[in-house]
Amino acid sequence: MLLLRMSQITKKYPGVTALDNVDFELERGEVHVLIGENGAGKSTLMKVLSGAEVKNSGKIFLEDKEVSISNPIDAQKLGIVMIYQELNLVPQLSVGENIFLGREPKKKNGLIDWNKLYDESIKYLSKLSSDINPKKKVETLSVAEQQIVEVAKALSYNAKIIIMDEPTAALTTKEVAELFKVIKWLKSQNIGIIYISHRMEEIYEVGDRITILRDGKFVHCCKLNEITREEIIHKMVGRELDKEFPKKFFQKGREILRVENLSRKGVIDNISFSLYQGELLGFSGLVGAGRTELARLIFGADKKSSGKIYLEGKEVEINSPADAIKNGIALLTEDRNKQGLILDMSIAQNVTLSNLAGIMKGLFIDKKKEKDVVTEYSNDLNIRTPSIYQITRNLSGGNRQKVVLARWLFTNSKVVIFDEPTRGIDVGAKYEIYNLINNLLEKGIAVIMISSELPELLGMCDKIAVMHQGKIKGFLDHKDATQEKIMILATGGTI
Amino acid sequence: MKSISELFQRFRQYVMAFLLLVEILFFAVLSEYFLTPENLLNITLQTSLIAIVSVGMTMVIITAGIDISVGSVIAFVGVITAGFLKFNMPVYFSIFLAIVAGLFVGLLLGYFNGFFITKFKMAPFIITLVAMSILRGLAYIMPKFFGFEEGRPIWGLPDEFLWLGSGRILMIPFPTILMFLIFIVAYIVLNHTKFGRYIYAIGGNLEASRLAGIKTDKILIYVYMINGLLTALSGILLASRLSSGQPNAGLAYELQVIAAVAIGGASLLGGKGSIVGTFIGAMFIGVLRNGLNLVGVSSYYQEVILGLVILAAVLLDQIKVKD
Repeated sequence: MLLLRMSQITKKYPGVTALDNVDFELERGEVHVLIGENGAGKSTLMKVLSGAEVKNSGKIFLEDKEVSISNPIDAQKLGIVMIYQELNLVPQLSVGENIFLGREPKKKNGLIDWNKLYDESIKYLSKLSSDINPKKKVETLSVAEQQIVEVAKALSYNAKIIIMDEPTAALTTKEVAELFKVIKWLKSQNIGIIYISHRMEEIYEVGDRITILRDGKFVHCCKLNEITREEIIHKMVGRELDKEFPKKFFQKGREILRVENLSRKGVIDNISFSLYQGELLGFSGLVGAGRTELARLIFGADKKSSGKIYLEGKEVEINSPADAIKNGIALLTEDRNKQGLILDMSIAQNVTLSNLAGIMKGLFIDKKKEKDVVTEYSNDLNIRTPSIYQITRNLSGGNRQKVVLARWLFTNSKVVIFDEPTRGIDVGAKYEIYNLINNLLEKGIAVIMISSELPELLGMCDKIAVMHQGKIKGFLDHKDATQEKIMILATGGTI
Repeated sequence: MKSISELFQRFRQYVMAFLLLVEILFFAVLSEYFLTPENLLNITLQTSLIAIVSVGMTMVIITAGIDISVGSVIAFVGVITAGFLKFNMPVYFSIFLAIVAGLFVGLLLGYFNGFFITKFKMAPFIITLVAMSILRGLAYIMPKFFGFEEGRPIWGLPDEFLWLGSGRILMIPFPTILMFLIFIVAYIVLNHTKFGRYIYAIGGNLEASRLAGIKTDKILIYVYMINGLLTALSGILLASRLSSGQPNAGLAYELQVIAAVAIGGASLLGGKGSIVGTFIGAMFIGVLRNGLNLVGVSSYYQEVILGLVILAAVLLDQIKVKD
């Protein structure tokens, strides 16, 4: 009897089909690895199973009986527990309080039965061979210990299925070994485990079977001893690149930016690279590889612990975004709304914000000049709006991105760093953004593009740097780069 | 074309200005003395001290901050200024010195507030609560150092100093003139300078502002310093009007000041607010108090009515316009 069978699951969001008739199954005492690129649908599938999202169609069977899961409580009652990558514990409460949060054992008089709460906690923790004191506050625990608490909590729900999302992302090698022991014990208790991870080595170590998703579709399912690492990667990324990228090649000019041994403790480890006029350098890597952090270091948004930055051959000291901007570096952040725009200010005010000096007449802002400048950029970049005095909150994602880009054009940037430039932007607007990047390159501006979309990197970049755990694992030229090579480097392998 | 919410903000200002007018007409009907030039000037004089502080507070609140230490700063600066006036020096020189000392103290106190808020990431409410408590205490202690009894006012200030608070130029009280000048300058600063633009940006989104290259810490410290300076000025004018440095001066001023700014439409969440709105807000309160006094409503009832007015003004902001 199968423990779980998900059949023909479909989940649609406005404009996107996140899951398209996906099948998935899980046996008792099995570790079933779920793998796919960012955006392939793994998380959505697990959210459907754990009740965080409601499917549009499809069926879920638990022990051959069809079940309906429409919220997390339904899932919990059925014994389905998800352990998220960002653990879901309350840091200020004790271990025991977290395990029994919302269902604390009560005495007859209605007060919490603390003795029972802590005794039961010890019972679950000791099953996992853990000696964590249940009275300790969760915030004093290591990430590995917090994970154990999550598992203990799952046990207390009589979990039949535990979903683990990248559980080893923040663990040391020794802690990973401990976690695997726990997983083995869970298997021996006939609990089924769905294991989401990108780390090839551990997938083979811990997993029994694997299911591969791509673009919201089921691709393949088999035993792990029947498939090679290369085959997995090929199936994960194996789509043809079409002509959605207006790639142009420009004359590579002189060196603009050179980064030497740049480090930030625990995040970025000894990174060096050069960037030339008219060059588009891509940065690939899995979530948490340190790409955004690297961009923030170069831009002065975070403090580096060591390393040097050279602009046009001269060493520059960058301690704040203001320093970076003065030196002609621009950063278009991943989250335009929280870190890019002042949403309640107008397009005009957002565009001129970083270079008000450029529109001053004496002590005062020359509003006529502001209007002229912003109107010109608005036309050049084709920002679609009835007026440049419209507040940016009313714009679409693509237009918001263009407003931020206009800001950096107005500061005469020499190096423009895009962090996920097309995230949350529809296909048509993406193409426009690519063309705008081409325009920058043509002007001799050097561009860095961080992206989680491999086709975008392969389609647009002259060179791709692949990062893994804060390091650059390798550079790939446009002509030799393939999705397979990138994935091998990004998962810590070598080619 | 302006966006709908921008239009609404402007619309709100017209509504408030209209309500101010209605308020004035209302009292004009009830009291024949109300609309005399002398009384109108009197209202501006009475309101000027709070209005001047509310200019600084408007800037602070636009940055998503707050400063509840202003009442204590008024008392502390008043005592310091009065103390300096008791030094045995040529009278105009001592007045000059006392004013400079008072303003300098205000700047310094604002600097401290800004420093703790930016460098130690303290909540503005908490750090200015600290300042509120310490400075009120110091205002009571300070007279001792100027040869007066602890906790007692420093009195007997030179007549020349008293002109600041009650003198007139072309019939218009000097504090009224100062108030109008300050509002005009603040209007220009907020709407036509880099500094003003940065204040709105920081209140709208601090992190995005920093990533746009704005030196956000520096701007925030300046804002609290300006607020300290204007509060000190108000403290000096009050000392002059009371012809003494009173340790218990300015009690609960912070509430009236914040009320004026809130009635003026500034958002305590930051990013929104205007000098014109604050002016209308301050005048609304001033007219209300003066009018209620004229028609003989007791000060207890006045507090209740003022509270209801603030409630109504803030409810006006809750009318959500869907863009």
